[in-house]
Amino acid sequence: MSSIPVAPQINTDPPQPTRNYLNTEHTIKSWLLTGDHKRIAVLYLISISIFFFLGSLAAGFIRLELTSPRGVLLESETYNKMFSAHGIIMIFFFLIPAIPAVLGNFLIPIMIGARDLAFPRLNLLSWYLYLIGGVLFLIALMMGGVDAGWTFYTPLSSIYSTGQITIALVGLFITGFSSIATGINFIATIHKMRAPGMTWDRLPLFVWAHYATSIVIILGTPVVAITLLLVVFERVFKIGVFSPELGGDPVLFQHMFWFYSHPAVYIMILPGMGVISELFAAFSQKRVFGYHFVAFSSLAIAALGFIVWGHHMFVSSQSMYQGIVFSFLSFLVAIPSAVKVFNWAATLYKGHIKLKAPMFFALSFIGLFLIGGLTGLYFAAVATDVHLTGTYFVVAHFHYVMVGGAITAFLGGIHYWWPKMFGKMYPESWAKLSALLVFVGFNVTFLPQFVLGFLGMPRRYHYYYFQGGDMQFYNILSTAGSTVLAIGFLLPAFYLTWSLKYGKDAGPNPWGAVGLEWQKVGSPPTTYNFEEMPVVTWEAYDYQAVREGTLELNSTAHHHESYIGQPEKEEKV
Amino acid sequence: MAMVQDTHGGHGHGHGDEPLHHQFEDIHQQNETYVIGMWTFLVTEVMFFGALFLAYSLYRWKYQPDFYIAHKELSVFFGGLNTVVLLISSFFMAKAVYHAQRKEKRKQLNMLWLVQACAVAFLFIKVVFEWMPKWQHHLTPLNFIWDKPEGNAEHAQLFFSLYFGMTGLHGIHILAGIIVIGALQYLVWKDAPSVKGDYIPTEMIGLYWHFVDIVWIFLFPLYYLLPR
Repeated sequence: MSSIPVAPQINTDPPQPTRNYLNTEHTIKSWLLTGDHKRIAVLYLISISIFFFLGSLAAGFIRLELTSPRGVLLESETYNKMFSAHGIIMIFFFLIPAIPAVLGNFLIPIMIGARDLAFPRLNLLSWYLYLIGGVLFLIALMMGGVDAGWTFYTPLSSIYSTGQITIALVGLFITGFSSIATGINFIATIHKMRAPGMTWDRLPLFVWAHYATSIVIILGTPVVAITLLLVVFERVFKIGVFSPELGGDPVLFQHMFWFYSHPAVYIMILPGMGVISELFAAFSQKRVFGYHFVAFSSLAIAALGFIVWGHHMFVSSQSMYQGIVFSFLSFLVAIPSAVKVFNWAATLYKGHIKLKAPMFFALSFIGLFLIGGLTGLYFAAVATDVHLTGTYFVVAHFHYVMVGGAITAFLGGIHYWWPKMFGKMYPESWAKLSALLVFVGFNVTFLPQFVLGFLGMPRRYHYYYFQGGDMQFYNILSTAGSTVLAIGFLLPAFYLTWSLKYGKDAGPNPWGAVGLEWQKVGSPPTTYNFEEMPVVTWEAYDYQAVREGTLELNSTAHHHESYIGQPEKEEKV
Repeated sequence: MAMVQDTHGGHGHGHGDEPLHHQFEDIHQQNETYVIGMWTFLVTEVMFFGALFLAYSLYRWKYQPDFYIAHKELSVFFGGLNTVVLLISSFFMAKAVYHAQRKEKRKQLNMLWLVQACAVAFLFIKVVFEWMPKWQHHLTPLNFIWDKPEGNAEHAQLFFSLYFGMTGLHGIHILAGIIVIGALQYLVWKDAPSVKGDYIPTEMIGLYWHFVDIVWIFLFPLYYLLPR
């Protein structure tokens, strides 16, 4: 690796690019059998992008269908399969792995000063499990699809549905283990692999958020795995744990499902919050206000996340008293969420704000997450929940959190760390345009859905002709917005790919940001990240020290001599 | 700790069979990381079984009389025998870890063979003396017929559904244990560097085995020893 011979001062050759994790080996095998967390992150990036595209396609069909109140495009059953495919792909194959498996995988070892994650082979296994699960689900789609919604409520999923539920659920079961593997890896890594001086108090908030996420993953995912497996057993072996015909209780399924699937919402949003903390610090050139509060609010959200699942079941057979307790606990989630938003806003105050493209995404995250979070309180309150549950109000609410929150954060993070991951800059103005289109398109798509839901349009219906013209207006508005949103999502695919070949070299620290990934490693990093292990002597986001000149923003210059004219190796003598 | 090699000098980063992997600073850090990883995995296992225990508790609370009648079809003798077999296997596993710590290869292998013998005996008793007779008596979920005069047939079926679900999942874990212990035996026998100077792999598999044992310690009284 680092035993490349360094030639003495001969400056005749053009500069050679330095060795990094991308260009050490080029064979397919070196990618498919890699243990390098960065390469696995790239593999994940490619696979989740494919699934995101498929899920968006299904969303497109849904939006198109809803422009007409009489369902002219799709049969009812096809429509059911379409929204099920959209939900399952987006949640299990895109949102849950998106930020942890791509950005987390790539950045956590570098941010804490480690050469790799604790268990590289487990990490690779997790990608293969994800892929096997994904392929199984696609097979289920091709064999006729799944019509039970992403929630797989029993007894529809276990007895009555004629879709390919069994294969799909086996796929999801396997995918669950891919995220468990990632969670175990992150916990062991963050606990034991931090560089000297990288105390818990100095961890970037991105790492804190992923630590909280990993705890949710390891406690929640096994429960949903066994729950979905029981549904499979019920279909195949007639084990009737959830089947009323066999003395079982279908509501038990809802309890066990939401025990995971509500915390799963935090698996999706917490890493996004971690990304946003990094973006605000970097583009305000300022330490995140209330660092400890932001760090511990992640843990608080993770902890509270496990005791609020009953708010999905206010209209089930759950008792009123349970409902009251779950309602109260659900309101509490607003506190740590608000702590984060207020602290981000306070970070901007008196910051040296640089309005780069990632910051566009970060700022739109704040607005969208705020709406998404606050409309969540409507569902924490039992009375309004009874009116709004199962309507488009719910659909709009969770899309504000999932798309407006998690995907916006993901895009912001990809734009922020793209120069680090691939060493190239993308065209800034195109990125800003994309951020703007996503923000506008998203709001035009989902704000009307709040109105639709309030008017009483149920989710998962494609007939609404009995409701008159109002609903069609809002539905068409929403569909129009979704086309703008689609362009906003498609643009990055083009200019980011373009930048791989034609983009300007980024250099190790294009944003002037503090953090081991910017200060101590090149862009792209080498295979084992650090030439020598860093010793951390400064606090997280110590921009004050940078301004005072006591902290160097980049000390990787000697690894990049080749870029400034000195060839590193001499072959043509 | 005698086997510590510095692989960070620049050459030969990380080969699978070296005791110290490239991502760690020293063997101490590696061992601590392995142990914390294993415990985290066991937490996921607890949650995995926990969901089933929850389902069991709910239905036992709801249908206590029917569960009592259904449980009389289970053989306390063979269940108890299996409990003894598993407890003894855990003793041998603890001894195996002890010998691994003292680098006594021969004794460690022997102890692991005894664990394997117990594991196979457990599965044998389970399948031949418990599961197969249940099939013949039409008590498995697929061919369930309840012809007893007393007890609700549906609730009895639920009891056996849960019984087969949970003991089946436990059996799969025993099977996985046999495979993993076999792999460990192979590595120890081949003097693989990853296990030669380091007892942690044995310790981790021991932790897993004790966990599987503990699950059975809960399953046995919950299914075989119901009060009236």
